[in-house]
Amino acid sequence: MKYWDLFISFAKVGVMTFGGGYAMIPILEREIVDRHSWATNEELMDYYAVGQCTPGVIAVNTATFIGHKQGGTLGGIIASLGIVFPSVVIITLIAGILTNFADIPAVKSAFAAIRVCVCVLIFNAVLKLWKGAVKDKAALCLFLLVFGLSVFFDISPIVFVLACAIAGIVLTQMGVRGK
Amino acid sequence: MMLYLRLFWEFFKTGLFAVGGGMATLPFLSAMADKTGWFTQQQLADMIAVGESTPGPIGVNMATYVGFTTAGIPGSVIATLGLVTPSIIVILIIARVLESFRQNKYVDAAFYGLRPCSVGLIAAAGLMVVKISLFHIDAWGGGAGWWTQFFNWKALALAAVLLVLTRYVKKTKKLHPIVFILCSALVGVVFKF
Repeated sequence: MKYWDLFISFAKVGVMTFGGGYAMIPILEREIVDRHSWATNEELMDYYAVGQCTPGVIAVNTATFIGHKQGGTLGGIIASLGIVFPSVVIITLIAGILTNFADIPAVKSAFAAIRVCVCVLIFNAVLKLWKGAVKDKAALCLFLLVFGLSVFFDISPIVFVLACAIAGIVLTQMGVRGK
Repeated sequence: MMLYLRLFWEFFKTGLFAVGGGMATLPFLSAMADKTGWFTQQQLADMIAVGESTPGPIGVNMATYVGFTTAGIPGSVIATLGLVTPSIIVILIIARVLESFRQNKYVDAAFYGLRPCSVGLIAAAGLMVVKISLFHIDAWGGGAGWWTQFFNWKALALAAVLLVLTRYVKKTKKLHPIVFILCSALVGVVFKF
């Protein structure tokens, strides 16, 4: 039953995620944090950070983490299969039936508007996650640095993740944490 | 049979070496097109368009699409499994190690630094979506009255309505995000976004 729940919940996240890994965050928050309490917002951020610097699709990495936490190795595998299941079905249908799916005007219009909605949902998610992640001045500095640098320069997320992990240890050792 | 094995292997390698999310698979897929001849660069461009206009992680969508065009329905399943297998193995190992080191003060300190980093990366990714969906960046500074072109007024109006509904209206702000996504899709079709 637990495995079935994991599969269905992640399949739902897979169906409802439009436009890449970050668009998944608001949906994950709702399904995993609010609804099932399988992880906290903080844990979600931890998984997301590790998912950025490990190989593979971030959505799958996050699913494996949460699945593992709830149901061990099998849970991790089942959650990952759950999140990719809808994609496989939908894309196979589209590739088989509609070869020019992405050129249909109505599809283009719908997705232009969905992107607008995704902007708003991500904005709300960031505000919510901010509370769990940025609790002192040092964390605020890290946030601003990562945000600013990744907006203006083309730097790989791996660089940020590794640098911030080290910064976290150094800042804690210096006793800046919590001030 | 050989084709299925090769599909699995090529996508396994992509999944193992593409670090940093769905779009990171793109250079690998481009190289795969040249090497195997399974699909052309033009088809790859179409796949990106479809991958972005369907639900699900983009990397997975692209793998399914490539697998299907190369070897039909079994191909789509095999390519996807190839892509996700390395992630699942790596993450399961990390998750297990993390579990035993969760209380370690250095691991805890590292995550203290990683959380604002994650939020920063998500905020920056969000800003990229804002840039392409709410503005016409090409119009910036061009000709008299360029700013009337620069703002995508329809999109900004929709964003403003959604912002109010998701944050301030008591009745609607607890609704599931998918409700807003589907309503937006409908608005997009009706008002020709």
